Amino acid sequence: MDGSFHEPEQPLYATRVKVYPQAIHGLWRRVKWAALIVLLGLYYLVPWLRWDRGPDAPSQAILIDLDGRRGWFFDIVIWPQEVYFVTGFLILGAIGLFLATSLFGRVWCGFACPQTVWTDLFMLVERLIEGDRNERMRIDRTPMSVAKAARKGLKHTAWLAIAAATGGAWVFYYVDAPTTLIKIFRGDASLEVYFFIGLFTATTYTLAGWAREQVCTYMCPWPRFQAAMLDDQSVIVTYQKWRGEQRGKHKANESWEGRGDCIDCRLCVAVCPMGIDIRDGQQLECIGCGLCIDACNRTMEKVDRPLNLIRWDTLADQQAKESGKKGIAWRPVRARTMLYAALLGVVAAVMLVAFVLRTDTELTVQRDRSPNFVRLSNGDIRNSYTVKILNKRRSTERFELSLEGLPTGTLGFVGAEVEGSGAATRLVVHPDTVGTFRVFVTVPQANAPSGSKPIELTVRDGNGHRASHDAVFVGPAH
Amino acid sequence: MPTKIEKDALSGRNTTGHDWDGVKELNTPLPTWWVYTFWATIVFAIVYCALYPSWPWFKGHTDGMLGYSSRAQLARELGAQAKARSAFVDRIRGASLEDIRKDPELFNFAMAGGRSAFQTNCMPCHGAGGAGSTGFPNLVDDDWLWGGKIDQIYATIQHGIRNTDDNSRQSMMPRFGADGVLTAAQVAAVADYVLSLSGRGKATPEGAKVFEEQCASCHGAEGKGNQELGAPNLTDGIWLYGGDRESIYRSIFYAHNGSMPAWSGRLDDATIKMLTIYVHALGGGR
Repeated sequence: MDGSFHEPEQPLYATRVKVYPQAIHGLWRRVKWAALIVLLGLYYLVPWLRWDRGPDAPSQAILIDLDGRRGWFFDIVIWPQEVYFVTGFLILGAIGLFLATSLFGRVWCGFACPQTVWTDLFMLVERLIEGDRNERMRIDRTPMSVAKAARKGLKHTAWLAIAAATGGAWVFYYVDAPTTLIKIFRGDASLEVYFFIGLFTATTYTLAGWAREQVCTYMCPWPRFQAAMLDDQSVIVTYQKWRGEQRGKHKANESWEGRGDCIDCRLCVAVCPMGIDIRDGQQLECIGCGLCIDACNRTMEKVDRPLNLIRWDTLADQQAKESGKKGIAWRPVRARTMLYAALLGVVAAVMLVAFVLRTDTELTVQRDRSPNFVRLSNGDIRNSYTVKILNKRRSTERFELSLEGLPTGTLGFVGAEVEGSGAATRLVVHPDTVGTFRVFVTVPQANAPSGSKPIELTVRDGNGHRASHDAVFVGPAH
Repeated sequence: MPTKIEKDALSGRNTTGHDWDGVKELNTPLPTWWVYTFWATIVFAIVYCALYPSWPWFKGHTDGMLGYSSRAQLARELGAQAKARSAFVDRIRGASLEDIRKDPELFNFAMAGGRSAFQTNCMPCHGAGGAGSTGFPNLVDDDWLWGGKIDQIYATIQHGIRNTDDNSRQSMMPRFGADGVLTAAQVAAVADYVLSLSGRGKATPEGAKVFEEQCASCHGAEGKGNQELGAPNLTDGIWLYGGDRESIYRSIFYAHNGSMPAWSGRLDDATIKMLTIYVHALGGGR
């Protein structure tokens, strides 16, 4: 022990350095604008799609009716017990994300993530009101004045308006859009509607206006483990060090011999929404948006050097080129991507099969366990069941219930909507509802099973729709 | 301890000014939003204390400016619930039992309400599913002491059995053995006769004679019982107090006169109607 004390080089708590991304034009910026227009367009307009389903059903094409416990997707109606379709889509989304990441790196983060899209939109508004990077930095340095306050106020008002529209559009996925829009402005929409508009207004404004790159760097779990999907064949935003270094300022007519193509103009840093320097190599903050590629290409054009000093490339290719070898062609087909694609296919197939086999009649049977069975006065043994028939169709259906597995078993029914008697008994279930009935199964004492015996109940309507459910019949152990 | 705030050369931050044997500490204040949140919680606490009951006081606690109490809130919520239900409850009160059974909406409401009332009031004796136990009738089977038609069930729940209600179901089986009406041998003989009614064992002529003299008036000449008197059917397979010879002997010797309270004074008519619908639908209703 020499008693010396080593001070940490960096403080443990980093103060945020505000990022002032500069505007840039180019291919990837255009792709990002296109993605923004398509995604925001979908988000804002989808609730307004109309779909005629007849008089007693909502006419909104996509509506998640939490009160009515139905999900309406065009002609498909999802009941709460079919939420596994949502689970399936989430799994598809996750695996799709894995596949896209192993192929193209953080393409989701850079182009499609709502945080990125809304931040882009907020930055556009900011630029229109406060000016580009240098202008914004200058304004922030000047002391508060009427002009500055007016500009800032205008910007925040615009942000809040977008945020409120975002929250409003979110609500429209859960309630009828046209009627609710009028209600919102008349002030007589429900408290829940205002609450969720407020909530999403607040989160949109905070996340896209203030938090921005900090969301990706500190809050989002996805960058934490997305590295697990990347390998040396993933296409990522890369600064070609072997070509760019030794970097340095370059004067016109100076020779390019013995130096790299990077003229250290720092335009790639200025445009980066994350405020990082891509020339430091692949790093956690990089969302792979490609704006530095656009920036660098503009500079390369100016100094008349080959484009794509910063480009989409694989690590394998770069490593080969760095050691002076021939480049390695991209291999999209590899074990990892095939596995993800296969999983994607399997889940999609399972969902498709589940969807095709989905029926609009369902039956559930629950046996009374208290008492397990009843001995009637003539010695017959009876079990009681609560039978629920789901009629997902838009017409009243009359179901005939039959029993298999107990040849001597007879059926009895209790319910307000039991029509007829004996073999002609029909259980009436109204459109888009669940009919609940008590069903008694009775067998003579001599035929009663000892312990439990599997049976099957089946309902059929006149149009060939049917549904079955397994149950057991319990008799006294003897 | 001397207080001397210095600027730390490495981090550029001030020290707290304290010096512990040469160890100095950097002044690292909480983030501003954190401090404001802290102040906000204090303001919240003061406002809360002013508005809501919070401090112990000489008799109980301070009431707060809003006059809030969780008891009053519960009463309000129960009232709101009752009001929300009242549309249905009023319809149930006004409708006949037969009408309720025919109206799907009322029937489902009555089944749910009846189930709930059953679990609260009837379950202790009749069991959660109505299966009863020795001495407490099974309501799921098809055997009824006082009748299984819906009006009969309604009357039984309203007025109960063998209690002080004026319209209570009344009857009494004598304690044939204990009160010396019959000798032990006669009781044994009639027990054998009763067993033979449900096809078990062999009866003696003496048993038949005693049955005819003492039992037939209530249980009927064939032992089929009489629902007017709550006299059980002795020919079937259902025995409230046990169907083996020993149990039957004891039932005759000591007699059982089970009782059920009248519910009309404890539950409102709508609840009793819902209970009637529920019990009738359990499986035995006629």
